[in-house]
Amino acid sequence: MPSIDKMFKTHPTETWLMIIITSLSLVLSITTDQYFSLVNLFDLLNISAVNIIFAVGLLVVLISGGIDISFAVAASVVQYVAFYILNDMGGGNWFLGFVVTALLGIVLGAINAGLIHYFRIISIVVTIATFNISFGLLMFLTKGVYIYNLPDWWTDRVILIEHQMANGTWAELTLPVAVMVAAVVLTWGLINYTSIGRQIYAYGDNPEGARRVGVNVAAVHFISYGWLGMMAGIGGLIQAHFTQEIVPNALIGRELDVLAAVVLGGATLGGGSGTVLGCVLGVLLIAIIQNGLNLLGVTPFAFKAIVGVIILFSITLSNVSFTEIRARMAKED
Amino acid sequence: MIFSEVKMKQYLQGEVVGLTAFLVAIVIIFSVASPNFFTMTTFSSMAYQLPALGLLTLAMMIPILSGGLNLAITYTANISGLALAWTLQSFGGIDAGIEFFVLGCLFAMFVGALSGFAIGFVVAYTKAHPILVSLSMMIFLRGIGEFLTHGKDISGFPQYVQYIGQGAIFGVPIALLIFIVCAFILHVLLSRTRQGFGTYMLGSNIKATSYSGINTKRNLIIIYTLSGLMCSIAGIIMLSRFNSVRVGHGEAFLLITVLACFLGAVDPFGGFGRVLPVVLALAILQIMTSGLNIIGSNQHLATALWGVILIVVMLLRWQWRLKKI
Repeated sequence: MPSIDKMFKTHPTETWLMIIITSLSLVLSITTDQYFSLVNLFDLLNISAVNIIFAVGLLVVLISGGIDISFAVAASVVQYVAFYILNDMGGGNWFLGFVVTALLGIVLGAINAGLIHYFRIISIVVTIATFNISFGLLMFLTKGVYIYNLPDWWTDRVILIEHQMANGTWAELTLPVAVMVAAVVLTWGLINYTSIGRQIYAYGDNPEGARRVGVNVAAVHFISYGWLGMMAGIGGLIQAHFTQEIVPNALIGRELDVLAAVVLGGATLGGGSGTVLGCVLGVLLIAIIQNGLNLLGVTPFAFKAIVGVIILFSITLSNVSFTEIRARMAKED
Repeated sequence: MIFSEVKMKQYLQGEVVGLTAFLVAIVIIFSVASPNFFTMTTFSSMAYQLPALGLLTLAMMIPILSGGLNLAITYTANISGLALAWTLQSFGGIDAGIEFFVLGCLFAMFVGALSGFAIGFVVAYTKAHPILVSLSMMIFLRGIGEFLTHGKDISGFPQYVQYIGQGAIFGVPIALLIFIVCAFILHVLLSRTRQGFGTYMLGSNIKATSYSGINTKRNLIIIYTLSGLMCSIAGIIMLSRFNSVRVGHGEAFLLITVLACFLGAVDPFGGFGRVLPVVLALAILQIMTSGLNIIGSNQHLATALWGVILIVVMLLRWQWRLKKI
């Protein structure tokens, strides 16, 4: 068991997040009677699943030193295209659904990667452009029409674990959570235990240095944006499963919320840093804050302002180096 | 990338000529495409639409020159508009006197400058990435706006307020005059003052700038405060043009401002760019917007088209850079 002090040194952001989440949970457990229950815990996980799937994808891009704001719209595009493709295939099933959405997502990610890699356009500009192209074409071609008649396999709830509470309500863990766990584990494996994963870190930390020691820059770009694309596609599939409908502008704005959460989890826009654990904790912290505000009866109109303040503070604090301050103070002593 | 001063001048001069040629070309294309295009009504409506977008573009341009970005511009404009609306409504609504309008404008500008200052302060003192800082500021401002208005339109202002957005002096829209004055001030600031020189330096190499004795922190704070101030003026113009304020209004401008900056030869990594080419680029984009409208193009198709144009502009820029090296 590593000591807290050691954890602060190796993983400061993650440790802070865990401390904040724990104390917040304690406060909420005392002040509200619904927070500390299996139903609420499972609900939190069910609701956060799609965001975490997006978040671990975005994490890889942020580690590589890029940024992508087009993934949420890409997920919507994938939903529509996959719906028609699967219909042509005779309805499809979960397996085909995963394959089709993942592939479509990878294609959309690869377009971003290609523009960034071959034409040296800065990633924020490329993804602002692809965001608008995707969104404009999607709204134009679908005319904003929703899709309700999804195949049954797509909308039927898949319950993995269920447990009846004393008061008769059911605590359920559903399919999105399983997909989320798979996405988290795969991403964790990719960035920690594969050569290309370590190359992504290296490239994000110092692009020129990494290029000179022989990191395959094209592979870094295509795999990081492709990975995010894949997660966006699968996230889209799961989001449609969760809401049981496809709405063209349902995911607009989600990209910024996810980005904020990932950054809260310790990833930086400079690249080269960020962990899967931090990223998951970041999403969960925001979900818990919203859940808590909800249970405390705060008006939903205030949620975003509160979340915005929290993110602004955490970005400010995370860039102030505590160890540096401590070292400076020690020197003065 | 090292440019000698002469080369730099040629580069920018070529830029202005190229953009002017492009401007003339699209005017001709739209005139041929639709008989309704080359008319006084079209151009006067453009002159009324351009200023708000133009001011937001200037607000975007200053941080880009310094190697940053300000994603909060549209919401800063909204919140500033709200500040003015609040002042007017708390001093009589439709019957509010002109002195309260002036007071409201000052308050709006203060709010805009304050949100810019906050971004600049965090960027300068924590070295956090401007994209993130301005993004969280944007989420915060949007949240505040939604909290205050619950997503509704705020309207009911005195009659004379519309004069700013819809009135004209000698046939020139007042809003356009305001924009021209702001653009001119920014031009002088960037090309003739210490602050302007420092802004370009910051965009080229922040460390070297710091070592050469420029107060980078103060400079950054002024850059973002100015950006916020420009947003607030845009917000005031938007309020008077539509005679209402809604949080989220003009959200689509964000892309177009970025596009105008890059089309206007501002370097996406900072350090290079001038006001005049950006204003020309703005005129081009405004003509395209109006032209597409007149041809009867779909609004969403136009959004997609902006995205395509942004990529094409960046590809052309990449080509030019290859030729230079």
